[in-house]
Amino acid sequence: MQWNNASEFFAMGGYGLYVWGSFGVTALALVIEVWLIRRRHAAAVQAIRGDLQEGSSGPR
Amino acid sequence: MTAIGWRGVFMAVVRREVALAMKQKGDVLTPLFFFVIVASLFPLGVGPEANLLLRMAPGVLWVGALLAAMLSLQRLFAADHADGSLEQMALSGTPLTLLVLAKVLSHFLLSGLPLVLIAPVLGIQFGLDARSLGVLTLSLLLGTPTLSLIGGIGAALTIGVRGGGVLLSLLTLPLYIPVLIFGAGAVEADAAGLGISAHLSLMGALLLLSCVFAPFAITTALRISLE
Amino acid sequence: MNNRLANWFRFASPQNFYRLAGRLWPLFAVLGTVLAAIGLWMSFFVAPTDAQQGEGYRIIFIHVPVSWMSMFIYLVMAAWAGLGLVFNTRLSGMLASALAPTGALFAFLSLWTGALWGKPMWGAWWVWDARLTSELILLFLYLGFMALQAAIDDPRRADKAGAVLALVGVINVPIIYFSVKWWNTLHQGASVSMTRSPSMATTMLWGMLIMSIAAWMYAIAVALLRVRGIILERERHADWVRHAVE
Repeated sequence: MQWNNASEFFAMGGYGLYVWGSFGVTALALVIEVWLIRRRHAAAVQAIRGDLQEGSSGPR
Repeated sequence: MTAIGWRGVFMAVVRREVALAMKQKGDVLTPLFFFVIVASLFPLGVGPEANLLLRMAPGVLWVGALLAAMLSLQRLFAADHADGSLEQMALSGTPLTLLVLAKVLSHFLLSGLPLVLIAPVLGIQFGLDARSLGVLTLSLLLGTPTLSLIGGIGAALTIGVRGGGVLLSLLTLPLYIPVLIFGAGAVEADAAGLGISAHLSLMGALLLLSCVFAPFAITTALRISLE
Repeated sequence: MNNRLANWFRFASPQNFYRLAGRLWPLFAVLGTVLAAIGLWMSFFVAPTDAQQGEGYRIIFIHVPVSWMSMFIYLVMAAWAGLGLVFNTRLSGMLASALAPTGALFAFLSLWTGALWGKPMWGAWWVWDARLTSELILLFLYLGFMALQAAIDDPRRADKAGAVLALVGVINVPIIYFSVKWWNTLHQGASVSMTRSPSMATTMLWGMLIMSIAAWMYAIAVALLRVRGIILERERHADWVRHAVE
């Protein structure tokens, strides 16, 4: 361990912007990706449920 | 097998392509004019300083040729697909690969070759000397058939697809990059006195590779698009 | 033996794979998270400060893993797409389509982190070195694949067309890389190179390796998740889907 305190950790020896810009954007990108996938899945489920409803409520 | 044989069919397709192009000369001339305009845009954009233009010339002319070749790729299968002759070609007894080769060769003759012929004229605008012009022409001569072959793959994949032209560019331009690097690089290497045999050999290799693989890929893509 | 083979091919049906993927993705997600935790800990607390690059070099613990994965995913994507083309299996194409966005994302992150690493180290947000330029072209190849599939309405045609494109791309990637390397050495001579990184302490290598595997686990988990959505979209009129969704 080479960090004496938290502020040193965040400063990253002066490179803080670049290091956290990298790790941060990566984390953000992964979160967004998972969110988008879940949204797409939910939309597909919605569409299918919509189909089912139409099927059962239509005239037969 | 038909009475005229495969060579006869091949030549018939080439003759047909040329005849069709002669009827619609605009299709052939427009990409050529595009090349001329694009080549003129760069000096307008960066200023007329002779040294700068001289250094830019190989790259600019090669990129212009690439883009002009791309524009004309639309024509490769679109018209035949629209009137159904493409399906007839696929259903005929002749191997589709043969017909594809004939069409790609015609594309090179009608689109690539004019670019090769007009490039030296544009090169003069950039101040290239006679020797550089020669190398440029040679590199384009070796490169444009490859562009037709690789471009044919993109054209076959995007037949009748939304956003066809731009999509075709997006698909094909990354694949053009090695040809661009070696083609423009040949002219620059010659200007630097480094000898062009390496570059031209590599371009020859790319051409051979494309001749071997591209027709097969184009045929597969055509069958997929025609299903 | 025949029974075993039949068992594996069972999962080639979207219905069975849907269930399998549903059970597997949490496993990979957990693996990925654990490995990432270990990797991050190593990146920040175990790997020492670099003599030349100070703390800024720690970006490689993201940059290298996402770069490797972006290339690896392209290969896997092309492999699945090729399988789908040869064996005419629907699921293979769906898997390829599921992998593409993640691969593209990793390629983008490689470029992003590369820029953030390059700026403090070499003074420029972008350097035209062979690796970064090839990565950029790889991103174009991904985007082309995704654009082509998006533009074609018929899913089967989209699968097959994408497969041809991906296979052509795979053949071209070494050619492109070689030509870009050639171009780079010819033009830049003794310039900085991303590959001439700080001499690697063992902890640094381990950190990169663990983060790479973490990225790999993430990619698998995410692809399994995404393919479930794709299966639902494509198979929506099948009976089993109606039951699966309730």
